[in-house]
Amino acid sequence: MANPSAPRTLYDKIWDDHVVDTQPDGTCLLYIDRHLVHEVTSPQAFEGLRMTGRKVRAPEKTLAVVDHNVPTSDRSHGISDPEAATQVAALAENAREFGIEYFNELDKRQGVVHIIGPEQGFTLPGTTIVCGDSHTSTHGAFGALAHGIGTSEVEHVLATQTLIQSKAKNMRITVDGKLPAGVTAKDIILAIIGEIGTAGGTGHVMEYTGEAIRALSMEGRMTICNMSIEGGARAGLVAPDEKTYAYLMGRPKAPKGMAWDMAKAYWETLVTDEGAHFDREIRLDAANLPPIVTWGTSPEDVVSVAGTVPHAADGHTEQKKAAIARALDYMGLKGGEKMTDIKLDRVFIGSCTNGRIEDLRAVAKAVEGKKVASTVSAMIVPGSGLVKLQAEEEGLDKIFKAAGFDWREPGCSMCLAMNADKLAPGERCASTSNRNFEGRQGFKGRTHLVSPVMAAAAAIEGHFVDVRNWG
Amino acid sequence: MQPFTTLTGVAAPLDIMNVDTDMIIPKQYLKTIKRTGLGTGLFAEMRFNEDGSENPDFVLNKPAYRKAEILVAGDNFGCGSSREHAPWALLDFGIRCVISTSFADIFYNNCFKNGILPIKVSQEDLDKLMEDARRGANATMTVDLQAQEIHGPDGGVIKFDMDEFRKHLLLNGLDDIGLTMEKAPAIDTYEAKAAKSRPWL
Repeated sequence: MANPSAPRTLYDKIWDDHVVDTQPDGTCLLYIDRHLVHEVTSPQAFEGLRMTGRKVRAPEKTLAVVDHNVPTSDRSHGISDPEAATQVAALAENAREFGIEYFNELDKRQGVVHIIGPEQGFTLPGTTIVCGDSHTSTHGAFGALAHGIGTSEVEHVLATQTLIQSKAKNMRITVDGKLPAGVTAKDIILAIIGEIGTAGGTGHVMEYTGEAIRALSMEGRMTICNMSIEGGARAGLVAPDEKTYAYLMGRPKAPKGMAWDMAKAYWETLVTDEGAHFDREIRLDAANLPPIVTWGTSPEDVVSVAGTVPHAADGHTEQKKAAIARALDYMGLKGGEKMTDIKLDRVFIGSCTNGRIEDLRAVAKAVEGKKVASTVSAMIVPGSGLVKLQAEEEGLDKIFKAAGFDWREPGCSMCLAMNADKLAPGERCASTSNRNFEGRQGFKGRTHLVSPVMAAAAAIEGHFVDVRNWG
Repeated sequence: MQPFTTLTGVAAPLDIMNVDTDMIIPKQYLKTIKRTGLGTGLFAEMRFNEDGSENPDFVLNKPAYRKAEILVAGDNFGCGSSREHAPWALLDFGIRCVISTSFADIFYNNCFKNGILPIKVSQEDLDKLMEDARRGANATMTVDLQAQEIHGPDGGVIKFDMDEFRKHLLLNGLDDIGLTMEKAPAIDTYEAKAAKSRPWL
């Protein structure tokens, strides 16, 4: 820390509180409070520990869960894909051998790793949180410094409970005003990515502030922070407030009694000081935002649902022109097509971006009493077993099933299509997930990223609709 | 980890922006519990047709580039998922150096853990290197990490920046977990202090 009395950002404060050691070149050893582990990016890390005879330094600071690979059909009779079954079994065995708490595929607390962390109160303000998954940025919604790491770093954290890090730059994104009806947190973050590009936040930690961010629920803030990585930032942050505390209070792993009071007093200091320096500032007005749809194969390829597909000639550079042409070809679209004319084959509602109870409530409200178009196959995958139970207690599952949605078991599912849930070549999908990359949801599959309510409306109509004047 | 000192090899041009880790190694290859053998999946959806045959148009399938050891690529290489399978796949294929104008953070970090050197250059230098790479197998480049230089086929030299600590680890092929474990007393001290100031954790 250069000058302890200088105004600091929220990121600066969390960083300073976790520095174990600083080398002369500025490289730091950063302490990690919480480590989430899943089956796909951890087997090689545990194998590394075994080969070098190292132990897990703080098993109680690690929580393991299966999510990426598990089928979303009934799994009480095992997992039929032998490779997936091997990875799941490996995580169970590694958790047992190294003494790590583990939620298996039949545990009602199982779910997408970034949904269960907050749900369990494992995610807390002011902590450092890592996971071998880029969407770890989700936890920043609680004012935690959270980011994805590679498998070698997973091994490093398991062995030392620290990470070798260089400090990122500070970026502030202020979203003023009030969101119009039908426009959601998902549209805010897609608009931001469209504005700054997928490399716009590289080397930065983004703090989201402003009236529109404060007005969001914790679920909405998680959606925003989740996709910080799609804007190139490793981490996103929202300063904790009363909504954060209300969400966390009483969660199984959240502090209780006097410990809660003490923690809350600390959490209340986790705000950016007046006059703190940001290397970059972006400002958006929520009141002007439309529902957004991606047309291409990068999350920055955004357009208003009321807009049209761009032409290759719209690119500002030769590289960008080539990228647009490639994306249009892959997506099977022509420049100038109206977004609302694009017909869908599939709809996917779920993922760490939009698989929480609030998302499912919004979908239920939009589709109650309606029917999924006969040309569309639509699935809803709750983010966790607890989200599923909650939805069923509220009767949402009945609404979904009556409308013709497929109601599944929790997991990552078709967000990355590692299990059986995937697009066939050429199929077009409206998805509430986070990446529309080539092949992301299945070989030659075509993904359009949207909010839950936009996905719900597209499922009913069979094509994109502007939810501001629908329903 | 194999040290990286100098590398002389064929450079393949991959003139695409935002090459993401799903492109580098599609998800069906992530079900392994090993670090090795991923070269067969490298760029699989661009490299192979639906029936498994090779796509002759993809750069790494062209005779001149089948043994490429350097990749010259467009902006924001390695964006997307944190999967370390991406550098594992590059390494297993034989690529030990990627040159671009920019890299996504997590991919960039992951390279250093696996003896792969990611080099950031200006757009102008990238354009030059891309042209060189297009000349095929006769146009080898030499990357010298100690000197932080890329030597083109015509003798031109491009300097690049590199973080000192990362350079040290890569030049010597060091295991950073071992280095951190030597700092165990500092970690103990930190934990004792944090247990007092933030006992709820």
